[in-house]
Amino acid sequence: MDKILVGLKRVVDYNVRVQVKSDGSGVETDGVKMSINPFDEIALEEALRIRERGDASEVIVVSIGTAEAQQQLRTGLAMGADRAILVETSDAIDALSGARVFKEIVDREGADMVILGKQAIDDDNSQTGQMLAAIWGRPQATFASEVVLDGDKAKVTREVDVGLETIEIDLPAVITVDLRLNEPRYVKLPDIMKAKKKPLDQIPLGDLGVTPGPAVNAVEFAPPEARQRGITVDDVAGLVSALKDKGLV
Amino acid sequence: MSKVLVIAEHDGAALNPSTAKCVACATTIDGAKIDIVVLGASVSGVASEAAGISPVARVLTVERAENEHAIAAVFAPQVAALADDYDYVFGPSTAFGKDLMPRVAALLGVNQVSDIMSVEGSHKFKRPIYAGNAIVTVEAPGDSKVVATVRTASYQAADGGNSAPIESTDVNVELPTHTRFVELQAGQSDRPDLQTASKVVSGGRALASEENFEMIFKLADTIGAGVGSSRAAVDAGYIAPETQVGQTGQIIAPDLYIAIGISGAIQHLTGIKDAGTIVAINKDEEAPIFEVADIGLVGDLFQIVPELTDALS
Repeated sequence: MDKILVGLKRVVDYNVRVQVKSDGSGVETDGVKMSINPFDEIALEEALRIRERGDASEVIVVSIGTAEAQQQLRTGLAMGADRAILVETSDAIDALSGARVFKEIVDREGADMVILGKQAIDDDNSQTGQMLAAIWGRPQATFASEVVLDGDKAKVTREVDVGLETIEIDLPAVITVDLRLNEPRYVKLPDIMKAKKKPLDQIPLGDLGVTPGPAVNAVEFAPPEARQRGITVDDVAGLVSALKDKGLV
Repeated sequence: MSKVLVIAEHDGAALNPSTAKCVACATTIDGAKIDIVVLGASVSGVASEAAGISPVARVLTVERAENEHAIAAVFAPQVAALADDYDYVFGPSTAFGKDLMPRVAALLGVNQVSDIMSVEGSHKFKRPIYAGNAIVTVEAPGDSKVVATVRTASYQAADGGNSAPIESTDVNVELPTHTRFVELQAGQSDRPDLQTASKVVSGGRALASEENFEMIFKLADTIGAGVGSSRAAVDAGYIAPETQVGQTGQIIAPDLYIAIGISGAIQHLTGIKDAGTIVAINKDEEAPIFEVADIGLVGDLFQIVPELTDALS
């Protein structure tokens, strides 16, 4: 296999407790720590391991967004990606347009595999990989917890609701990754220095011929209905009696 | 009239309860006329089950050998072709629906509305984002089909008692052979399924080992509960991944949820916010799980759980 594309989305960091703005226009992102979507780090780790085993020659990380996403791409390069592409736009990109962008990059690069996170932890959509596979007319292996390459095929084990499903796919294909696929490596300081010299291409969204939309638009944001703290019991007898009062046991 | 097509989820033998929950969501669309489509190799039993759901107008069956397993790349072009006659195409936000529906949406050239919690208008829906830290009202373009997944924990299954007509239909589309089913390793469990269990007992990292999870199983079996877990417990290898409850695992709504040794990260809490009663057992009285628990008990789970199991036996 020649090239693997990996998508890196810039999202609010996993550890930030996101707050809805008081006017309901969005969530507070000012001054909030931004990171690579954690699932995308797992996607990149998998691509790097495939390349390190000699089963691929190049790993390219791709992001769509403002110039600030260069930060996440540089982190991806420091992890070990060979080069990066930033598709620049200041517009919010819907999932289908994101998939179309990836399809354009796939065609330009002649990629053999695209590995993405199974969902982004901001919009929790879980759509882009499946949509890319659809418009590319290629297999999708979503929620992957194991990927075994075999020439121009791959066996992928998927986390489904009842257990683990294994499918076999022909390459090229799209894989979206779940939590248990691997543990992403830590970036070391010398790698960060090296990453500065690696190529990072910036392509304006318009150059790819993709016009965003028609999107599912956000109209209003609200905090979730909060559950109230209930009672505290002192011991098991108290717990059992509280459960009995509610008719639950 | 709004024509809704619900994609049935099943394992070849039985209809998954997620289907009746999608129907329940569909009934909240003004003037909905709801059909269910069952794709499979041989689906007469599943189709009769689907025909029992109220108020389904019609059950369509698409029986082909290629449909024996729910391969998204195989199902999607068939669903997209059937979607021609409908304004809405709904699937459950289970692994099955999350895999299939975005592929259908892309073939139809639209974005998907993921995880509908409530219907607010013909094209307006509420859905959770940021692990449930925010609820967003979204509006799909008014002139195009709505392809959506339904957050099953937000809905009670639609009633039965119906006997909708079942019609076999052919879909003339070419199906890819690039994706092939190999095997399914289902977790061997006689316990209630997490999605449908009325009671769930969940264990977290504080259980500290795979062996200690036995006490979770024992308590669950004593009260007829399903078994869940936190991500930390799964990552530590104490219990199988399909038991994980939360943002990236299962979203559930049992009548009783007992969280044992689970601190209650927001990513976990989003999976149980629709539970009836939440019980928290944890030695750390500052644990965030207590902020949402209806009944809290601070203490050592290794003492409490066996004692509780005895008391409930």
